[in-house]
Amino acid sequence: MHHSLPLVWRRIPERYNLIGCKCETCGTPYFPDRKICPKCRRKGKLVKQKMPKTGTLYSFTRVHAAPSGFEHESPYWLGIVELGNGVRILSQIVDSPEEKVVIGASVTMVFRRIYADAEEGIIAYGYKFKTI
Amino acid sequence: MQATQIAGTGIAGYGASIPRMRVRVTEIARVWGKNGEQTAAGLGVSEKAVAGIDEDSCTLAVAAARKAVLGAKIDPQNIGAIYIGSESKPYAVKPTASIVAEALGATPNLTAADLEFACKAGTAGIQACMGMVASGMIDYGLAVGSDTSQGRPGDALEFSTGCGAGAFVIGAKDAIATIDGTTSFTTDTPDFWRRQHQEFPRHGGRFTGKPAYFRHVLGCANALFAKTGFKASDFDYAVFHQPNGKFPLEAGATLGIPREKLATGLVTPFIGNTYSAATMIGLCAILDEARPGQRILAVSYGSGAGSDAFALTVTEAILEEGRRPVKRVWDLINENKTYIDYAVYVKHRRKLKSM
Ligand SMILES: [Zn+2]
Repeated sequence: MHHSLPLVWRRIPERYNLIGCKCETCGTPYFPDRKICPKCRRKGKLVKQKMPKTGTLYSFTRVHAAPSGFEHESPYWLGIVELGNGVRILSQIVDSPEEKVVIGASVTMVFRRIYADAEEGIIAYGYKFKTI
Repeated sequence: MQATQIAGTGIAGYGASIPRMRVRVTEIARVWGKNGEQTAAGLGVSEKAVAGIDEDSCTLAVAAARKAVLGAKIDPQNIGAIYIGSESKPYAVKPTASIVAEALGATPNLTAADLEFACKAGTAGIQACMGMVASGMIDYGLAVGSDTSQGRPGDALEFSTGCGAGAFVIGAKDAIATIDGTTSFTTDTPDFWRRQHQEFPRHGGRFTGKPAYFRHVLGCANALFAKTGFKASDFDYAVFHQPNGKFPLEAGATLGIPREKLATGLVTPFIGNTYSAATMIGLCAILDEARPGQRILAVSYGSGAGSDAFALTVTEAILEEGRRPVKRVWDLINENKTYIDYAVYVKHRRKLKSM
């Protein structure tokens, strides 16, 4: 698998520190970053903002047939995390005992390898979540 | 000989990270047809921490560093230098330090580099930060020791090589422990090495003991005593580099430091030798429980070979809310751990050539 280097680089703030944005007009936070507030359209004013690093597990599934690049990690948990500000993000759930992976579980952000581009390629790091 | 007294520098924050998985020494011994109980007793190591498939020395460094910066209660933008000591870097060329800096929000106005000196590169980073802080070049520096080191399958090292990271924010203000003196002891001693492009290290077997570990650790501790005027009995706690569970106890006995002063910082029996992180995680464990006014002796050791020794005094600031990480080192060692067998261990540490 080959990943675009500029794309990996551009997503560093988002992946390392959950930096998204917030509309100053209506107060809605967005993650990932976006260019236009769908609520305010041209009246919206988007500024960069760090998302909270904790949240709750909104939904989850266990992936057994992993896509290419993740074969060695299967089976693994994939979850939708609802952050403290209501933003929902898709993330791997790692380092969590099975009995704790339940809807509503408290989770916190961790820094992990997301994928490595073959033997010689770039390593992409970023957020995953684990149960507290 | 270098100066020892670095005016006014200390530890502003500290943090450790230890992965969740463990493999028992008896399990590794089973695979290689060795007597597990004897091997564990001989090394003084019962189990070791194993990094997950999505963890490496960089992710462990970030986890430890984030705790240290939180405890220091500083704006990451005030960190002027980051040094990462490791001998298991994810990239041969490309610094881990810049990734850690980005993950902390410390970029772009800082200097950063990776350091290598087998198991003592992390403490070398502490000394570099001390010098820069004392000279007024930077306000705060971050030194991290992080490793996910590997032994060749079947080699004696495989029983003891663990994974972990320890991080310290060094500064002049509001230190939770002052660094009252430091000294180093360095010689060209070929006890352990890994050549370029080789996956696993080689070592000199028994040669790693007397002329290597003990000469440097004891020589460095005695040099520190001579320079600072401290005696071994002045210290309430001591931590030495711990390639196994036995060497540090022997070093302590030679210096006249009783076992109970070493117990808090002796983590290798339960997580293995975490290389660059070993002395640093041990020091974190001591800071978790030491009281203001208590003195700590820390001596690292890196093959090749050298030691860095530090005399520290815990201050009242350690009692302030939030200065210690929420999870203590011994919580990380004991809680939420998962035992894996040798086959899963091999998979997680990518020791299979076809992976
Ligand atoms: Zn809006």
